[in-house]
Amino acid sequence: MTPGSFAVILVHLVVAVLVTPLLIGVMRTVRARLEGRVGAGVWQPWRDLIKLLAKEPTRAPGSTPVLTLAPIVLMASSLVLCALIPLVSTVALASVPGDLFVVVSVLLVGTVSLALLGLESGTAFGGMGSSRHMVIAAMVEPTVLLSVYALSVPAGTSDLAAIVQARVADPISLLNPVSLLAIFALVVVVIAETGRLPVDNPSTHLELTMVHEAMILESGGRDLGWLELGSWLRLTALLGLVANLAVPWGVAPDAAPLSLLVGVGAVFAKLVVLGAVLAAAEVFIAKLRLFRVPELLAGSFVLAFLSVSASYLVF
Amino acid sequence: MSRLHAPEVLAVGRDALVATVAAVLDRGFRLALVAAHEDRPVGGPARFRVVHVLLGRAGERVEVVVEVPRDDAWLPTLAGVSYPAGRFEREMRDLYGIVPREHPQPYRLVRHGHWPTSYHPMLSDADPAPDFGGSAGFPFDEVTGKGVYEIPVGPVHAGLIEPGHFRFSVVGETIVRMYQRLYFVHRGVEKLFEGRAVADGLPLAERISGDTAIGHSLAYAMAVEDALGVEVPERDRLVRALLLECERLYNHVNDLGAIVNDTGFGIVNQHAGRLREALLRHNARLTGHRLLRGAIRIGGADLLAAPDVALVASVAGEVAELAEISTSHPMVANRLDTTAVLPAASARSMGVLGYVARASGVEVDARTDQPFVDLGPGFRAVTAVSGDVRARFDVRVGEVAVSAGLVADLAARIGESGLQPASSGSAGPGAGLGVVEAWRGTLVHRVEVDGAGHLARVKVVDPSFSTWPALGVALADTIVPDFPLANKSFNMSYAGNDL
Repeated sequence: MTPGSFAVILVHLVVAVLVTPLLIGVMRTVRARLEGRVGAGVWQPWRDLIKLLAKEPTRAPGSTPVLTLAPIVLMASSLVLCALIPLVSTVALASVPGDLFVVVSVLLVGTVSLALLGLESGTAFGGMGSSRHMVIAAMVEPTVLLSVYALSVPAGTSDLAAIVQARVADPISLLNPVSLLAIFALVVVVIAETGRLPVDNPSTHLELTMVHEAMILESGGRDLGWLELGSWLRLTALLGLVANLAVPWGVAPDAAPLSLLVGVGAVFAKLVVLGAVLAAAEVFIAKLRLFRVPELLAGSFVLAFLSVSASYLVF
Repeated sequence: MSRLHAPEVLAVGRDALVATVAAVLDRGFRLALVAAHEDRPVGGPARFRVVHVLLGRAGERVEVVVEVPRDDAWLPTLAGVSYPAGRFEREMRDLYGIVPREHPQPYRLVRHGHWPTSYHPMLSDADPAPDFGGSAGFPFDEVTGKGVYEIPVGPVHAGLIEPGHFRFSVVGETIVRMYQRLYFVHRGVEKLFEGRAVADGLPLAERISGDTAIGHSLAYAMAVEDALGVEVPERDRLVRALLLECERLYNHVNDLGAIVNDTGFGIVNQHAGRLREALLRHNARLTGHRLLRGAIRIGGADLLAAPDVALVASVAGEVAELAEISTSHPMVANRLDTTAVLPAASARSMGVLGYVARASGVEVDARTDQPFVDLGPGFRAVTAVSGDVRARFDVRVGEVAVSAGLVADLAARIGESGLQPASSGSAGPGAGLGVVEAWRGTLVHRVEVDGAGHLARVKVVDPSFSTWPALGVALADTIVPDFPLANKSFNMSYAGNDL
């Protein structure tokens, strides 16, 4: 591991952890203001997180270590995700490739640990949430693979950092239909994967409609804190990926301090803007009936598939 | 006894009960209330008197009265001729120990499993603090089969709602059967009424169900007036009708926002909350209380200020706009349409009331069936045919418009009519019935007053009691994540049902 890539990973992790609660706060505040509410302020997720992490978790008697391990695994997988995805810089890691297939696998580790946690809680809600979560995951992961794969064809590599670099080098390719289709498909699955409207409603109190919330219903204290942060980090990582693929400028090509600084500023601005747009869009949409979610995800899969097919025709 | 609306009283023996009630039902009446009374005649053996109140479509009232000795307390079940009767009988068996023979559902209703088997709280000699430690066993039916699993929900819910337990048997995401267990907020309201002076019953009636303060207090006051022969002047009856519409307005506005909120389209709920607040502040100006408490009194009703007709009209206009935004939103409309359909035949046979019945095409409305004042040409019952969540949404939207129109009409008529003195009436004894179309549906109180002017018995029937069981029917073929939407579109009262 070179000192440069080490610094990049460190910057990625610090930025992701620091920015993520703020990003959630911005999204909630944007939604609140657009709905005519004051909202709890952009710092509220930070306050919640600090409160939760200071609290001792309560675990059901008879529960196995899954309840303890799942939040840690989710958190760890989310951190790995943030390290691998070229958020601030495209300096690649020599030992672990920031490969598209690696990223999707790491994503799946977090997904499975959440589903196991939901089952482990032993309540009907947990199992229900897990089953819905896996249904959605089964349709989301292939689309993530396909859509990024479509973008990897022109770059000739499945390494995410290299794809982003190739896109900076060839800005015209950003606007070709292959790229647009793939980005659109990716946005849809990111929304589904991170449990936002219209697939899941993160602000609901209705247990029977929940997906993500149903799985973490029985967790509390520190466990819940890690689960929340871990899930939010996935949002940051995936939104960051979409942002850097769609608008690849500002990503540091090397590990020099100045370009890293620019990279941090750029990714922060892109995340906040993208998050705010997403939150604003949520005001205008409702939640889909659960059995219509597969239609939405199948649609995005088709877009991704078209994009892959087209990429072979174009390039 | 100088009863205002004297009913047709049919005193029958046990053997003729079923035939008599069936004959009245065949005349197009519906069973509105069954009340048991514990009579201790001087020198005679203690006995139960059970009064079955049936209401017609044009103000007619029939009371079928049957007496049974206390030491041989059973009745032939009416469950075969009327579904609501079967529910009243289960309630009566729990509270009084009167056994309905050959009842198809011989289970507990009010009493939970930890209540002692021989304990009937409404009896005059019931122990005020029995031993609740035991478990009489009150299991849920288990649905078996491949892939069937159970989801227990409640009684403690994640939102700020009342307690109720729902047990879903589910295959995949489709509900096979839903069983509800209520009565977690059984406070013994009917027992609390006993022995109070009639005027002291009003504050209690207002608090039976917080969102139906006018409905319950008005039904109670009308029952007392019926019992004591108190004639209410026209102006006060107009005020009462106006208050009833004000209550309907703020509750419907709240429900409309809440239904859309459950589809995830939260902005409509924010605006509905704003409009509800405007209506609540209007309520406070009208009566001094945001939930309209203290406005109804025995023999009349009072307003502190003239209604702000322009405000109500503007709120109704905004509600119509919000409803239009919601139902023209394809995603919201998709969630509301065809969800949780209650077929008209089920609604009719189960005795469902209020907007739930009207959304299934069953036109039952005490404002037309049992009116206490002429509402004028501005009133019409709003109905729909599809019986789904969308229909219950649309009926509420229609009723908001009708209610706002009625508020304007009534305010003008109140302004024209001068003050008239109320007749005083007798001190008792007497029995009376109050029938009101509260916002959830037809609400009935039956009151018996003793010679000293104290309440001997008050029987309360909230429309929720009749409508709750229909929720399970409407859920057939509905998926689990749509349950909150279905439940919100019913929005039945737990407190009003549990009493």
